[in-house]
Amino acid sequence: MKPKPGKPGSAMQFGGSSQTAQPAGKLDKEVQTKIGQQLRAMYDEVVRQGVPDRFAELLRKFEQPDTKPNGDGDPKP
Amino acid sequence: MKLEPSVRDAVLAAIPRLRAFGISLTGNVDRADDLVQETLARALANINSFEPGTNMQAWLFTILRNLFRSEYRKRRREVEDAEGRYAETLVTQPEQTSQLEYKEMRVALAKLPDDQREALILVGASGFSYEEAAAICGCAVGTIKSRVNRARNRLAAELAIESPEDLGPDSQVRAVVAPKGR
Repeated sequence: MKPKPGKPGSAMQFGGSSQTAQPAGKLDKEVQTKIGQQLRAMYDEVVRQGVPDRFAELLRKFEQPDTKPNGDGDPKP
Repeated sequence: MKLEPSVRDAVLAAIPRLRAFGISLTGNVDRADDLVQETLARALANINSFEPGTNMQAWLFTILRNLFRSEYRKRRREVEDAEGRYAETLVTQPEQTSQLEYKEMRVALAKLPDDQREALILVGASGFSYEEAAAICGCAVGTIKSRVNRARNRLAAELAIESPEDLGPDSQVRAVVAPKGR
C-alpha cells in the first residue's frame, strides 16, 4: 500500500480518468429523471393526506365565529 | 363572514398542496402546518383582495412563500445553524414506507439555497409553469429557469454520492471514516 498523496486532487490524475469516459449525458438524464420522480412522490404523499381537521375548522370558525360546538350551556333543540 | 362557496372550495382544495409546499420548504411537518395556518389566516383576512377567476392556489402559495421568507430569515439568524446540522434535525413522516429515500431527498433539499429550493419545488413537484413560479416568487422567468437548473444539478451531485456504485475515490474516504473491521 502506498501512503496517500499529500495534495488533494493529485489522486485524480493517478486514476486514469481519461480511460473511464462514461456516457455522462445519459447518466445525468437518469439521475435527473429519478430526482424528478422522487420529488413528486414525496410531494404527492403529503397531498394525499388531504385537509387536516385544524384547517377545515379554521375555515368553519372564520365563516361562523359565533358558533361554539361545545359552548357553555348550549341547549339542544 | 360568509365565503362564496366557490372561494371556500378553492381554498379547501388548495390546502393539501399548500402543506406539501410548506413541508418541502421547511423540511418539518409541524413548522409547515404552522406556516399553513398563518397563511390561511392572512388569506381569509384579505380575502376581498383575491380576484375571482384567478388562481387561488397560486395566490395562497405566494402568501406562504413570503411568510416563509420573512419568518425564516429571522429564524436562521437566531439559530445560526450549520447547514448539515440543520439538515439532520429534519423531521420525516413516520408513516412513510420509503422513509429513508425521502430522508435523503429532504436532507439534500435542505442544503439548497432558499431561492433554488422554492423554484425547484414549484416547477418540479407542484406542477406550476415557469411563468407561474416566477409570479409567485416575484422574479423573472429566466431567473426561475436558471434556479431550477442549478437546483437540479446540486441535488444530482448531492444524491449521487449516496449511491455506492457512483463512488469513485470517495469509497476510500468512506472506508477510512467508517472502519468496520475492528
